[in-house]
Amino acid sequence: MTTSMSRREFVKTGALASGLVLAVQLPAWARSGLGTLARAGATLSPGAFLQITSDGAVTVWLTNSEMGQGIHTIFPMIVAEELGISVSAIRLEQATADPRFGVQYTAGSSSVRRLWAPLRTTAAQAREMLVGAAARTWGVPAGECRIESGSVVHAASRRSASYGELVPVAAALEVPAQPTLKEPASFTVLGKPTHRVDVPGKVDGSARFGLDVRLPGMLYACVARCPVFGRNVSDYEDAGARAIPGVRDIVPLEAGEFVTEEWWLHRLPGAVAVVAETTWAAMEGCRALSCRWEGGLESELDSEKLARMFKDRAALAGTVGRYQGDAETALQGSARVFEAAYEAPFQAHATMEPMNCTADVRAGRCDVYVPTQYPTGVQQVAEYLTGLPSDAVTVHTTLMGGGFGRRSEMHWVIDSIRVSRAIHRPVQVVWTREHDIQHDNYRPASYHALRAGIDGAGRIMAWTHRVVAPSVVAWHSPSMLATAPDQVADEALDGAADLAYAIPNVRVDYCPITTPVPLGWWRSVYASQNCFANESFMDELAREVGRDAYELRRDLLADSPRHRRVLELAAEQAGWGRALPDGHGRGIAVHRLFSDSVVAEVAEVSVENGAVRVHRVVCAVDCGLALNPDTIAAQVEGGVAYALTAALKGRITLEGGRVKQSNFNDYPMLRMKEMPKVEVHVVASSDPPHGMGEPGVPPLAPAVANAVFQATGTRLRSMPLALA
Amino acid sequence: MSAVSLFINGRRHTVVAEPTMPLLWVLRDVVGLTGTKFVCGIAQCGACTVHLDGVAVRSCSVALSAAAGKRVTTIEGLAPARSHALQRAWIELDVPQCGYCQSGQLMSAAALLARSAHPTDAEIDEAMGGNICRCGTYQRIRAAIHRAAGEA
Repeated sequence: MTTSMSRREFVKTGALASGLVLAVQLPAWARSGLGTLARAGATLSPGAFLQITSDGAVTVWLTNSEMGQGIHTIFPMIVAEELGISVSAIRLEQATADPRFGVQYTAGSSSVRRLWAPLRTTAAQAREMLVGAAARTWGVPAGECRIESGSVVHAASRRSASYGELVPVAAALEVPAQPTLKEPASFTVLGKPTHRVDVPGKVDGSARFGLDVRLPGMLYACVARCPVFGRNVSDYEDAGARAIPGVRDIVPLEAGEFVTEEWWLHRLPGAVAVVAETTWAAMEGCRALSCRWEGGLESELDSEKLARMFKDRAALAGTVGRYQGDAETALQGSARVFEAAYEAPFQAHATMEPMNCTADVRAGRCDVYVPTQYPTGVQQVAEYLTGLPSDAVTVHTTLMGGGFGRRSEMHWVIDSIRVSRAIHRPVQVVWTREHDIQHDNYRPASYHALRAGIDGAGRIMAWTHRVVAPSVVAWHSPSMLATAPDQVADEALDGAADLAYAIPNVRVDYCPITTPVPLGWWRSVYASQNCFANESFMDELAREVGRDAYELRRDLLADSPRHRRVLELAAEQAGWGRALPDGHGRGIAVHRLFSDSVVAEVAEVSVENGAVRVHRVVCAVDCGLALNPDTIAAQVEGGVAYALTAALKGRITLEGGRVKQSNFNDYPMLRMKEMPKVEVHVVASSDPPHGMGEPGVPPLAPAVANAVFQATGTRLRSMPLALA
Repeated sequence: MSAVSLFINGRRHTVVAEPTMPLLWVLRDVVGLTGTKFVCGIAQCGACTVHLDGVAVRSCSVALSAAAGKRVTTIEGLAPARSHALQRAWIELDVPQCGYCQSGQLMSAAALLARSAHPTDAEIDEAMGGNICRCGTYQRIRAAIHRAAGEA
């Protein structure tokens, strides 16, 4: 299973899924057999997520990672709804990595999608068992009992019992396989804006992030590795480092590689760790190390060479991801062919909390404390590196200062386990900002060649889109390029192949390209650039055929009611078509993300002296059931800010085989005065929740580029968007 | 290493560390107050903001020796039990997402309100321009500052 596969819920497995739970399957705990194990003693636990004890305490285990998207609040909201209690009545515990919970990962806007049914089911099972226990105890039909504020009540006989009192009897009952779930129309908790449970700790400094973990006897470490990709340390001079007060040890980390989960290749470039009593001493020690490097590929690699490589590769066909009608013939027969090429650069994740992991490896035990999006993956890596059995390895997930896909990676986990093993002490490895920016797993750069065939009546009859980009999934599992080219193409063509516009002849293909640049899943993944290409091109076609950018899209989405609905809502709320002052413009874009949420955005910009200012972004969202409307609005606001930074501010470039940028002085971030006013309108829907962590991102860049065109008549086809 | 005396959140601390160690790391690793955060280390992001004798400073770029004998206020000492108007506004409006930048945001905002009780949007932009938020909570931060200012 790859993180990207789970996002897409593909069931074509290839080599990837052996022994692992796919997103579409319920985790093992949901099978009622496991419920029997939990019945001993005074504990009601029809599934691993939930436990009610005879003292009335209701505990929910948080199996997913809170990175600000509000998942730690959604869990108790779902349980509270089915149990008829309040969110504040629920005790929350962060789960460790545990196979009882199935595969634990928080990525792909998938937490609520995957856990919606299992969490509701478990809570409803508990409710029915408690009601059944009361009915049995009182000798009355269960249908005459109702739940009220943590008790079961039988109105006719004026009897009631608290959940705690009923637990011993309830726990002995059979777990109902198909409990009745509440209808959305009767929700009293879900669907209402709800305060986040993690916010109070985040306003007084008490919230514990990974970097805040403190263990008795713990030391700190920084790692020196060569910024030229693939180079190893050949030798080093550490007298300078050892002379730094507080430095305790120097630990060489030999080059190597290993595989976990039968697909994930972990490359270990040779490096050196400096261990010290404080983080500062470790950083100073690292700076004082003198290292020589060897090996590696392409120290001549630079961004210009890469851009030429990508463009050249577009001349040759790729793996086809969508083939409908006969695009080649249709193009040849067109009255007019319009073509354009778009480019997107590498981007870093730039989470606020730098990468870190605390490992405590000792004889027969290993504890890892880490802000991670993938605890199950950390468990596998820790077991591999220590050789310890599962029950001797515990992974503790902390809060994290931003994820965005960055914290699915394992490099700092590997660093900290290796150093802890070497020094026989708990150690917290901290990556400096420079190390983080220069050793990211980047959002891939890409080149997009699009062509459209237009007939004599101005109708778009054909659309081809060739995406040239390195593959994120193949970076993690190189053999996939040969063994699973279709899956590789599916990931890279996300958002490009599933074009919603009603165009009769469509061909979308993908040309993989291999570079030494490490790649990763960056908020919305390939949709972040495929949507930029699609929605910029659609805008250019509208101009080409003399149609309004909004109205042409609306017509071509006649068969896609969800897309149409959000498009219309965004346009209406933004006042599409109303006059704007000179130098101002509006742009529109719509996209359905792999999580099945559909988002349309209208950006309003002004351009002055070549500088683009985004004033307002109006967003319309169809995300199925909106479980916590305030969180949904926050995720869209955040997605817009994240996308705007990438659209306007900086990019990652390469020179001499290494990343040029290193900190926020040369890789600038969006600041408060650059933040537009963001308005979020959510369409009412009774579909299951679709996941909103990422969908706010893809439409933003093209909406802004389209607005810049409306304001200036200049079409920008590469990011960051800059007028010369 | 030398022994340096500081007043942190109203209490006197005697700290033994290199005089060149940034105050940020003294707070986090020597004194054990981890509410002040490390992000960039070069005063570009504001996450490490504390008050030094009432003035907002980036503690990653203030050496221990420069803080000797002075009053340091960290997020932990901003107000008891989240009672500061800004903290209450932050909670009411669910300002934080990941929350990692928010100690610095609150300390910068508190310094702003201490010198300008009802700041304009332009003043907020200026005062808060050194604080980065990757989760994009800027709109809510601004609204919360206005809300807190409104209570004064």
